[in-house]
Amino acid sequence: MRLTEHPILNFQERRGKKVTIYFEGQPIEAYEGETIVMALHAAGIRVLAHTFQKDRPRGLFCAIGKCASCLMTVNGIPNVRTCITLVEDGMQITKQKAKPKLPTTAKPPKWKDPEKIDADIVIIGGGPAGLMAAIYASDAGAKVALLDENPMLGGQLVKQTHKFFGKREQFAGVRGVKIADILEEEVKKRENIKVFLETSAIALLQEDDTKLVVGVRKNKELVEFRGKAVIVATGAMERMIPFENNDLPGIYGAGAIQTLMNTYGVKPGDRVLIIGAGNVGLILAYQLIQAGVEVKAIVEALPKIGGYFVHAAKVRRLGVPILTRHTILRAEGKEKVERAIVAQIDENWKPIPGTEKVFEVDVIALAVGLRPSIELLHQVGCQIKYAPELGGHVVIRDKRLETTIKGIFVAGDSAGIEEATTAMLEGKIAGIAAALSAGIASPEWLKEIEKAQKELDEFRSGPFGRKVLKGLEKVVVE
Amino acid sequence: MNYLSKGYVTIEELKEVLGELPSEERLRQRPVAIPECPQEIPCTPCKEICPTEAVLMENPNAIPLVDYEKCVGCSLCVQICPGLAFFMIHYKGDKARVTMPHELLPVPEIGEEVILLNRIGEEVGKGKVVLVIPREKSKGDTPVITVEMPIELAWDVRAVKVVRE
Repeated sequence: MRLTEHPILNFQERRGKKVTIYFEGQPIEAYEGETIVMALHAAGIRVLAHTFQKDRPRGLFCAIGKCASCLMTVNGIPNVRTCITLVEDGMQITKQKAKPKLPTTAKPPKWKDPEKIDADIVIIGGGPAGLMAAIYASDAGAKVALLDENPMLGGQLVKQTHKFFGKREQFAGVRGVKIADILEEEVKKRENIKVFLETSAIALLQEDDTKLVVGVRKNKELVEFRGKAVIVATGAMERMIPFENNDLPGIYGAGAIQTLMNTYGVKPGDRVLIIGAGNVGLILAYQLIQAGVEVKAIVEALPKIGGYFVHAAKVRRLGVPILTRHTILRAEGKEKVERAIVAQIDENWKPIPGTEKVFEVDVIALAVGLRPSIELLHQVGCQIKYAPELGGHVVIRDKRLETTIKGIFVAGDSAGIEEATTAMLEGKIAGIAAALSAGIASPEWLKEIEKAQKELDEFRSGPFGRKVLKGLEKVVVE
Repeated sequence: MNYLSKGYVTIEELKEVLGELPSEERLRQRPVAIPECPQEIPCTPCKEICPTEAVLMENPNAIPLVDYEKCVGCSLCVQICPGLAFFMIHYKGDKARVTMPHELLPVPEIGEEVILLNRIGEEVGKGKVVLVIPREKSKGDTPVITVEMPIELAWDVRAVKVVRE
């Protein structure tokens, strides 16, 4: 089902021309500009595949191209990430039931010499950190190539309908979607930034002092990016938790639900149970209510709410219970979620018998944390360290976000899970620092780095910053 | 204080956070802003937007307090607050007018009767909408409504439900 009315967003304005795609031969209505899986979901199709060995149904999970849950065969090509691949009129989409084979009749694309893009700075990821990095690197005089595997810029900002915190000069009081628009506009204004969408970075390599980023555009075209410096701003990936049937279609990462309803205006379901009362879970609950979806409860294993109190208060006063010290035992349903069983837990995190509650829901949202996407940094050989306060394994870096490999920088959630506000400040620092490292920016830009560092310190100075600071102590070196 | 295990503040907790609540005399003079923001978070738009410097915060992570005498009841803090945590209360005769953000559809109209919800979403009565600042006129992109209700509900009601046939 598609949303027509929304208190914040206008989908009628955004939807492109109507086209027809075919799922298992059946025609399905879709709109240009939306991804395959969004159109399928809008048509009520939640089962995207069956596992090869046990024949278990598979549905969407991350919706941003980071997991393998939505792989389908598109126009005869198997293993296409349907969550980041745009619909095209006449597209044929089929489920994969056995290990897919590459087509034998179709002609493979010709691998001519790949397109070569030379820039001073190559930025991987067009979210809040990458966009700010591009803007500041460009202003400091650098020629920038910015790539993102999604069909639009903005990263996770594009699905944030809530207003941001912080100071007003850091966009406090402005909605995430609006911030994405503002930053994209700023990027477009700058002629020395070239943007490559639907382009995945599949390798990061070092050739003497030159950095090479190997990109694949639209699943088929090879593009080589060369730069004096690279900024990795690849964001994060949603975590999963173990419980019975946690693979049923209808169990989605919180971000996937936001993508469905806030980016593409597709109703994720009718009744939702949310696991996790951190900011993501709390914000998601409010966004679901705004989209006209019933939120049955928010379940949290800790004895208290982990996110901002004000986000909790917003949903409590609309009648959503928050069950602290509770956990999900299992999901039930045949081909998709039909109900969830929740129980209270004791001091040792063990479910207390007799406390089970049944929630009749068709969606279970997992908002149980994020882990930094560090694959490219890992692959190129940056030093990695485990810092649970930052969401897991992250790279060692200095105060200007330069990693242990000279000329390779990191910013935003891929440097450690934090807020979009801090991602933007880190992006600014990394953008300027990369331009300095490439020998382009004048030393006056150091002042801007110091200013952003001060703002970061200030933002992190409260109780919510303590955990992050503890993590940073482990990974930030002089 | 255990507001973090429940997800809402009780009036006693709010008193503890704010030091004191506005006097009845002040509540009758003109609307007064009440922040329900008991936790230190890095957020300052309320302080930045206040035209009379009535919102007090020592640092960007401090809990906002309101100087009730300085507050002119303009509702800008209600409009801008990213946490939708600012409200205004004004006593008039045996009624109270509570001003609150409303980011849901439908946005009620002036004169419309609405169901009053307390901090845990329970229906506690009915009220009448007396003022609406639509989204496009709001300084914070958030529609703000003022609802008239029995005076004894002023410190409980923090949301409304709009029911249309």
